[in-house]
Amino acid sequence: MADTQTTSQTQAPPLSTMHVLAPALGWLIPGAGHLIQKRWARGLLLMVSVVTMFALGLAMDGKVYKQNTGDLLDILGFIGDLGAGGLYMIGRAFDWGASSISFATADYGTKFIVVAGLLNIMSAVDAYHIAIGKKP
Amino acid sequence: MMLLAMQVSHFTAAAIFAFFASIVFGITQRSTSRDMLRYGAYCFGVFMVGMFVAGWVMWLIHH
Repeated sequence: MADTQTTSQTQAPPLSTMHVLAPALGWLIPGAGHLIQKRWARGLLLMVSVVTMFALGLAMDGKVYKQNTGDLLDILGFIGDLGAGGLYMIGRAFDWGASSISFATADYGTKFIVVAGLLNIMSAVDAYHIAIGKKP
Repeated sequence: MMLLAMQVSHFTAAAIFAFFASIVFGITQRSTSRDMLRYGAYCFGVFMVGMFVAGWVMWLIHH
């Protein structure tokens, strides 16, 4: 009995397209992982939250980190920024957030951009949990 | 490239941060709509109270 319960608890769910697509799309486009699973309200709220934080970060003249600067804090910032997925790619493509920090609020902006990426990772993980049925 | 020259106070920036972070925390950390709303509101409250407490602690250290 106990063995049966342990076995059923440790069994991974069979892999389906949605298990991969939901978190991947959720990372690339904030909230999209929820939207493709018909969680409209949650998806829109997540999209608005992450995109607004990223946009406000840029509006405050925050810095968008680049890879391979060699500085540990820059590497951590880059990992955080990368969490924003498509927003990060667009930002880098248009060279947004590349100016040097010239006033105090720019530092807030840098943190907004990093946190937008981290929140998007949480959102993508949540989309995965919905896809595997761990969450309604 | 600077898109806009938006400058906000520390309080405003922290309040905006708390608002959007609380929405994401609420949605991702709870399962039902009611719990999401309650947890989001709780997180926002903790952020705001924490901000005031931290502000007063820094004021006391400074003086």
